[in-house]
Amino acid sequence: MTDATLGEKENVLPPPAEVEDVELYHAKSWLTHYVFSQDAKYIAIQYAGTAIGIGLVALVMSWVIRLQLAFPGAIPFIDASRYYQAVTMHGMIMVVYMLTAIFLGGFGNYLIPLMVGARDMVFPYVNMLSYWVYLLATLVLVASFFVPGGPTGAGWTLYPPQAIMSGTPGNDYGIILMLASLILFIVGFTMGGLNYVVTVLQGRTRGMTLMRMPLTVWGIFAAAVMALLAFPGLFVACVMLLLDRTLGTSFFMPSIVEGGEHLKYSGGSPILFQHLFWFFGHPEVYIVALPAFGIVSDLISTHARKNIFGYRMMVWAIVAIGVLSMVVWGHHMYVSGMNPLFGFFFAVTTLAIALPTAIKVYNWVLTLWRADIHFTTPMLFALGFIVTFVNGGITGLYLGNVIVDVPLSATMFVVAHFHMVMGVAPVLVIFGAIYHWYPKITGRMLDETLGKIHFWITFLGAYAIFFPMHYLGLVGVPRRFYELGETAFVPHSAAALNIFITVAALIVGAAQAIFFFNVFWSLRHGKPSGGNPWRATSLEWQTPETPPGHGNWGKELPIVYRWAYAYSVPGAPEDYLPQNAPPLKGEHSP
Amino acid sequence: MTTEPALSNERHAQDSLAPLRGVITDWSSDQRSFKSASWGKTMMWIFLVSDTFIFSCFLISYMTVRMSTTVPWPHPSEVFALTINGKEIPLILIAIMTFILITSSGTMAMAVNFGYSHDRVKAAILMWVTAAFGASFVGMQAFEWTKLIREGVRPWANPFGAEQFGSSFFMITGFHGFHVSVGVIFLIAIGINVWRGDYDTGRVGFNGRRGRYEIIEIMGLYWHFVDLVWVFIFAFFYLW
Repeated sequence: MTDATLGEKENVLPPPAEVEDVELYHAKSWLTHYVFSQDAKYIAIQYAGTAIGIGLVALVMSWVIRLQLAFPGAIPFIDASRYYQAVTMHGMIMVVYMLTAIFLGGFGNYLIPLMVGARDMVFPYVNMLSYWVYLLATLVLVASFFVPGGPTGAGWTLYPPQAIMSGTPGNDYGIILMLASLILFIVGFTMGGLNYVVTVLQGRTRGMTLMRMPLTVWGIFAAAVMALLAFPGLFVACVMLLLDRTLGTSFFMPSIVEGGEHLKYSGGSPILFQHLFWFFGHPEVYIVALPAFGIVSDLISTHARKNIFGYRMMVWAIVAIGVLSMVVWGHHMYVSGMNPLFGFFFAVTTLAIALPTAIKVYNWVLTLWRADIHFTTPMLFALGFIVTFVNGGITGLYLGNVIVDVPLSATMFVVAHFHMVMGVAPVLVIFGAIYHWYPKITGRMLDETLGKIHFWITFLGAYAIFFPMHYLGLVGVPRRFYELGETAFVPHSAAALNIFITVAALIVGAAQAIFFFNVFWSLRHGKPSGGNPWRATSLEWQTPETPPGHGNWGKELPIVYRWAYAYSVPGAPEDYLPQNAPPLKGEHSP
Repeated sequence: MTTEPALSNERHAQDSLAPLRGVITDWSSDQRSFKSASWGKTMMWIFLVSDTFIFSCFLISYMTVRMSTTVPWPHPSEVFALTINGKEIPLILIAIMTFILITSSGTMAMAVNFGYSHDRVKAAILMWVTAAFGASFVGMQAFEWTKLIREGVRPWANPFGAEQFGSSFFMITGFHGFHVSVGVIFLIAIGINVWRGDYDTGRVGFNGRRGRYEIIEIMGLYWHFVDLVWVFIFAFFYLW
């Protein structure tokens, strides 16, 4: 024991407050209390609700895709245009409007102020604007379903020239609304992102050093910083593509012939769009993954009653992944053609990300090693995340190599890879996190039995969907194709596998009804949870009220004496010590 | 007497890591990572970093299309010339605009200085002077746009050469001009608050909170940034 704690200072009262307590804005009417709320907790629920709502639209889109792939031509409604529109909207909504919004806008807003011991975000008014601009962006996106020509079918990457040329569905209005919506989203996100970053940097309570923050906060913080640096690339790309489409500028449009007619464009660089897009697009993967990493660390530690293994390593791994992910975007462009030296650079940096990522996976596993594992629903989802993430991460190593990527790039293997790593894995964490924090948000437990049924159907179902796709990709089934038709190189068994995948996808999608039923039913009928049902250490479980009141902490802000992972502490009155519990005699916690 | 500076230099040399140590102490401490910066100032700095990325992406994109186009690039000193008294003077308008914008940074700095000492009248007047400089900058930009449009420069084509010239010009100067215009609006509005003494009386603003004199300094950060960005646009677009 003494060896392990050598060099650690004894836990003492932290220095006095540097700034006076904030003056809270108190809502005066129903409208400013519930609708135009400036309270981060309400904004979080608004953000998450909107994100899940639009996510359900994207889920339906995925059914459209799968039905067409399994039963080509069986449903007359799904023609080629609608298929491409479904592919585009499914991808864009899931990545940007659902995952980014729910992790940063939803969990970020709810958890950051509570976990760092703040009364609210630092700029609640700007935070409120952030949500309303996000909602506007979502509505503009939804509007594209109702304009003539429908939403854009350019693929979620929106590559020019095809994105704005005739022949691509939705090239008249859909693409304009999509670009406008993305610009709005970025404006809205920037307002929120600044709040998350500054709250973490400047708004912590006494004793809450950066190295005592729960990893959830670290993950969301790093993701918010990355988003502030990566979204500018998408912003600029969207502005220029919008100008190309509406004013006829030629930023991305080379001299090009369409239907035998020479278009007025000339001299632009389509590759420039790809660089700008992926300068955003790759960090985006980690903007989604880092909050998931953080949340999963906390779920595992809490439900296995053991401190997280290698906390400092976990923090530095998050930082390293964040930095590296800004310089790997070129691996999405191997097939676009590039100087072999650049291919080498991007491959090396891409593979280098495996190091900090592997550290994280080992540390999760070592946290579970000989731990007191409670197989609660959040824990099951966290374990499911580790499995799917390792699976998706390993195929990422394949695709990070130029020579392996080139033949696999246009096949279902890529679809399998990124759905495993940034589709299924983060979604499992979102579910786990909702099961974990629902008691704090509502004061009631979600039903565990329903939760476990939901987990097993989702987890096994997701595997049934995406694991066979690796094989489809390896036998050469191309992605993005409306239908395969008769091809010599694709065996007939591929069609059978496609039907199997579609059936699984329909079942998994429908099974989410269990989750929604659970969420709404438990609002009234769930078991009252009390303030700290999981006996967790981090600050959000120590609020005087559950759900936390306006200002979170009552009269006095909490004072933090230790890190967030004091589980199974010898000599503690229970098996854990909350971050704000006064120190034990002679205690040496980080 | 003579040995004293030497001594202090020596002490300084011994503790050359002191600033670094200070940074580490701040970042490993509780509550705040930037001990001397308030929430508002920190937020503006981080926003400016993000905005830097936006302007960088715009400028890099401009350079890329300038390389990708096959048509020769128009000569800036000819395009941006004004004929005054029958003589063609290259870049004269841009020189005046740049001078005005940099001057406005000076008046902004003075406003910030008077803001520190809560001298509300002088601070407000200097903010409005800054806003007037900014407005005249935008006005001259409008004049320049009008002149070029009259000469047939359009975002999609122009008579001087590569069409990307017009597109990049309108997009980048437009985006920068938008930043200046937003700054002018905020300078006028915050100037009114300062003049009225809102930050002395603790008047509650539209967002339900009291403002502080610090907002002048935050406004100043933004204004100097917009000024700095202009220097890069000036160098990369007009001088290259």
